[in-house]
Amino acid sequence: MSEKNIYLPYLMRIAKVTDEAPGVRTFRLEFVDEIAAQNFAFQTGQFGLYSAFGEGESTFCIASSPTRKGYIECTFRETGRVTSGLADKEVGDVVGFRGPYGNVFPIDDWKGKDLVFIAGGIALPPMRSVIWNCLDLRENFNDITVVYGARSVADLVYKHELKEWDERPDMKLVTTVDPGGETPDWTGRVGFVPHVVEQLGLKADNAVAVLCGPPIMIKLTLPVLQKIGFPPDRIFTTLENRMKCGLGKCGRCNTGSSYVCKDGPVYTLAQLSELPAEY
Amino acid sequence: MAETYTISNEALDRLFQAMAQDGRRILAPVDADGRIELQLVARPADVAQGYLQTILSAKETVFPKVERLLSYELEPSKVDLKDATPQALPTVLFGIRPCEASAFAALDAVFNWDTRDAFFNARWQNLAVIGMACTQSDAACFCTSVGGAPDSTKGSDILLKPLADASGYQAEVLTDKGRAIQALVPECFLSSEPSPFSPAVVESAFDQPALTAKLPGLFDNELWVDQSLRCIGCGACAFVCPTCVCFDIQEEADAKKGERLRCWDSCGFSMFTLHASGHNPREKQSQRWRQRVYHKFSYYPQRYGMLGCVGCGKCTRACPVDMNLKEHLKDAAEVQA
Amino acid sequence: MADLVSQAKELLDSGAVQVIIGYAAGTNGTRRPHVARSAAQAACLVFDEGCVQNLASYLVKPEVKRFGKAAILARTATARAALQLMAERQIADGSVRILVEAGDSVAVLDSAEALEAHLALQAEGISAKDRELLERLRAMTHAERWAFWQKELARCVKCYACRNSCPMCYCERCTMDCNRPQWVPVPSHAVGNLEYHTVRAMHLAGRCVECGECGRACPVGIPVHLMTFHAEDSVRRQFGSEAGRTAKLDYALSTFKPDDKETFIR
Repeated sequence: MSEKNIYLPYLMRIAKVTDEAPGVRTFRLEFVDEIAAQNFAFQTGQFGLYSAFGEGESTFCIASSPTRKGYIECTFRETGRVTSGLADKEVGDVVGFRGPYGNVFPIDDWKGKDLVFIAGGIALPPMRSVIWNCLDLRENFNDITVVYGARSVADLVYKHELKEWDERPDMKLVTTVDPGGETPDWTGRVGFVPHVVEQLGLKADNAVAVLCGPPIMIKLTLPVLQKIGFPPDRIFTTLENRMKCGLGKCGRCNTGSSYVCKDGPVYTLAQLSELPAEY
Repeated sequence: MAETYTISNEALDRLFQAMAQDGRRILAPVDADGRIELQLVARPADVAQGYLQTILSAKETVFPKVERLLSYELEPSKVDLKDATPQALPTVLFGIRPCEASAFAALDAVFNWDTRDAFFNARWQNLAVIGMACTQSDAACFCTSVGGAPDSTKGSDILLKPLADASGYQAEVLTDKGRAIQALVPECFLSSEPSPFSPAVVESAFDQPALTAKLPGLFDNELWVDQSLRCIGCGACAFVCPTCVCFDIQEEADAKKGERLRCWDSCGFSMFTLHASGHNPREKQSQRWRQRVYHKFSYYPQRYGMLGCVGCGKCTRACPVDMNLKEHLKDAAEVQA
Repeated sequence: MADLVSQAKELLDSGAVQVIIGYAAGTNGTRRPHVARSAAQAACLVFDEGCVQNLASYLVKPEVKRFGKAAILARTATARAALQLMAERQIADGSVRILVEAGDSVAVLDSAEALEAHLALQAEGISAKDRELLERLRAMTHAERWAFWQKELARCVKCYACRNSCPMCYCERCTMDCNRPQWVPVPSHAVGNLEYHTVRAMHLAGRCVECGECGRACPVGIPVHLMTFHAEDSVRRQFGSEAGRTAKLDYALSTFKPDDKETFIR
């Protein structure tokens, strides 16, 4: 065939498997093909379609930072046919990856600003890439704050990294669990993410907020950010839609005149408010 | 630049033979038990007479209902991945209507947006279109409301217009592909002045640019609920439509091998936007009906600078409950915002 | 012809029902389903010989149910389907006003009992044309019948117009939609088409009210109704039961009787 087959995935070998939380797992993937490994590049915010051969493809963000070469990581929750197929795989098994697709977090525009990252539950993975990317370019940014909450301590993902972030003097990490989700030795906060954000004394004038979480968390946190003074074009989020092709052709992620796989998944609140609430 | 010729019935017969000898298969509307369907034909005599349109569109020639994208063999810790090559046989589409011929541009806009779909391109490059202008229309047709016409040349490589005395056709040779076909039997194409032709009458039903401008303000209007009450949420409209291109990718495999297939899908299906979590951004039929209209008349213009509808009326004729698109669009154009 | 439309409008005006499910004039001289929830929307209701579609599927559609109580203009097929839906507990006995022709006048059936009594007087089964086609199919050898359906089903595009137009296909999550496992392949290749249609015919054996809506709905003219008619006829011959005649669920394929003629089950 004269043209490249855009639906053909890279073959990836699972190099590492980490169980993050009940039903949630991270894969570190390395390219089977050396040339692909050398040539592959992506930017933070982008996603891919990951294949469990035999079951199909599923869409996850690339959860690792582009500053870390030689591998990519994804984190997923076992929910349906494909994620169950992936969850069965072990180190050394081969899966597929198509990407990178989508737009990017404009971190160049954020130079010199305070960064506030707010995530809930399984929504930390899409943000992990941009958080690490910014930490790896630490001198570019002002204050970095990460607020991360989950229903319970067990549901917090990336527990090792949370510890690492907590110990770093060049950033502030605030973790919280829902009331009732704490364990006896929990030293983080107890309370819903929107309330915790409200209590932080954040300043919006030279800051950018990145927000990702379950719909209810977003719905309640947005007014808090707006009250603090974040304008809609300095609040970022990343959307998840049902996808199949990731290339703007199958029509599934079309929302208003936007295709989440092409114009997103990263949107500012200003851009989102132009779209119908069909996501 | 188009050149006008006359091609007699006998000459057309010779052209069919020449195209076949040139290794091209010819697809044309055929009467199959009273249904008009696209099938392989050998001679003009095999082509249906006096037909309005085919039921299914010609998009099957470039976007088949099932297409293999890749296949693989599985062993422990090893995947032998195999690319797929589309079977793109040189093909001539004969006798499709101007509305359908113009629809290929809408498919191209999607399949080649940023990334190039090799499956579509291989088939389209090997396809030539000999269109047939319309002498009749029905109540479902509305090409003239969406920038088309019963004798439009858009999308045809050669456009034929039946001569009044039924002795043959006027032929306009429009593109390089058309000229390549003409070059097979140049003597069959007699240079001539354009002959008088009475195209079908298709009254304009609504002001499309005004409707497109009005749609953003109509998003929350109740009319989408009322229009969609009888809709049964099947895929008939999307599947017969020459511009609808939404697709699904399905995995079919056993423990040893598998393949990934692309197949037609419809935004009207209830599961189209359903997340694995159970959340469905378009859980009501009225939202899905609205999406169909907006995708074709609002989002397509914004994204691709063209409409996603050619006014052929196939959706209306195929719909089990007569969702008449022209009527619905007319009502939307007239409703109080 | 009895004036069902006026009667339905009266029920709507009086508030006895909140929605009318009937027919309106369609494209090219046809008739189509029409759902009216106001006097203005009811103005275009018609009822004549062209009104043949089975409307009962609208009785179980959430988008229509949400308006409240319904009146439905019913031919025999619609009435049979409504009764079968009551037997299968999809609509509550007494929750719908079913308007039927009783000679030259209108009868409003608002109970399963009334439906049963009315339907006992309706002789019509399937059309003579379909009867003849069924007999022709029955007379074929297995090989001939297989070849017939392979040829017909090659045209199928898996649009599911047949399934979605059927009042008895009301499952919110159809077997076809299940992907763990994917019982039936989704794409419309030979296996995907054949398996879908045979599964549907089996799911309708003993439940099909023989309205032919599925065959009418098929955009590519496959006589899919003959499959379900054949399955229904087989159940009728072998078990004596028939869909849409009684409010008591009498589903042959899931009812065990101690005197079952199959010895392996005893």
